[in-house]
Amino acid sequence: MAMSEHIMSSKFYYAIWIALLCLTVITAAVSFVDLGPFNAVVALVIATVKALLVVLFFMHVKYSSEKLTKIVIVSAIFWLFLLLALSMADYGTRLLS
Amino acid sequence: MLSDSPVAVEQHGPELLHHFVDAEQQRDAATLGMWLFLATEIMFFGGMFCAYLIYRYWYYNEFAAGSRSLDIYLGTINTAVLICSSLTVALGVRAAQMGKRKLLVILLLLTIVFGFAFLGIKGVEWYDKYKEHHIPGPSFNVDDLVRDYPQIHIDPRHEQIYFSLYFAMTGLHALHMIIGVGLFVFLTYYAWKGRYTPKYYTPVEMGGLYWHFVDIVWIYLFPLLYLIDRHR
Repeated sequence: MAMSEHIMSSKFYYAIWIALLCLTVITAAVSFVDLGPFNAVVALVIATVKALLVVLFFMHVKYSSEKLTKIVIVSAIFWLFLLLALSMADYGTRLLS
Repeated sequence: MLSDSPVAVEQHGPELLHHFVDAEQQRDAATLGMWLFLATEIMFFGGMFCAYLIYRYWYYNEFAAGSRSLDIYLGTINTAVLICSSLTVALGVRAAQMGKRKLLVILLLLTIVFGFAFLGIKGVEWYDKYKEHHIPGPSFNVDDLVRDYPQIHIDPRHEQIYFSLYFAMTGLHALHMIIGVGLFVFLTYYAWKGRYTPKYYTPVEMGGLYWHFVDIVWIYLFPLLYLIDRHR
């Protein structure tokens, strides 16, 4: 309900934009350093931070009081987690048997 | 009896459909519906991400070599282009909320320009892959990768799976970008005609949600395809 009344300042959007650009440069720069398996971890953590910034602020989810929308978003992420986690749990352990 | 009904006496503009109590409820319903659609899109792309992760696990050498053959600079520039387009979309929704018609039109047009810039850069990358014979098919050839990475064994059939997934994922993403540009052309036309007001700008907001979602897909495609396999 509060969504329509909540108009964020343009300065706030510029701040999010700068943060997203900085994170993009950082993740590209880190990929040139050999961190072993942690290259993937760092890159995916940074990607998740960027996605959160976009979802919460550009997509206004942070300031939405509509609970149903939030339930749909959390459910979607949970289904994706099930798909990826259970598939990898299968393929990742096949060599053990 | 009829005069007691709050709906019957309420005055509203043509933008409010009669089966909604008020504009708030109509907006909340649209937002919920859009997020349900985006949830199905997450699973749509999720299947491809899952396939990528499994094949990367199986054919790690080929996926690392394929990933290193991509242009990381063009990939980074394209990520920045999409982030800029997300800013113009967010500012555009804000302009619609405040009823600034001209600013809205300018920001929507800027978004379309960024969209074409992304597709153009993506086209350059695809053309490079075409010249290198890295497009799966009869002329597929990875002798250059075998030469570049003598320390690892590269099976051309497995390398073809990497590039099949690369083209399927970036292709599906580009298709979403093309649809997004199309949507924004419509939004620009109606914004220019003055259809969107601070009371009714739902299409701008929903188009914005779609655009941001497509941006987020790229935010994950970029590290998976370009960044995480540059060593070992």
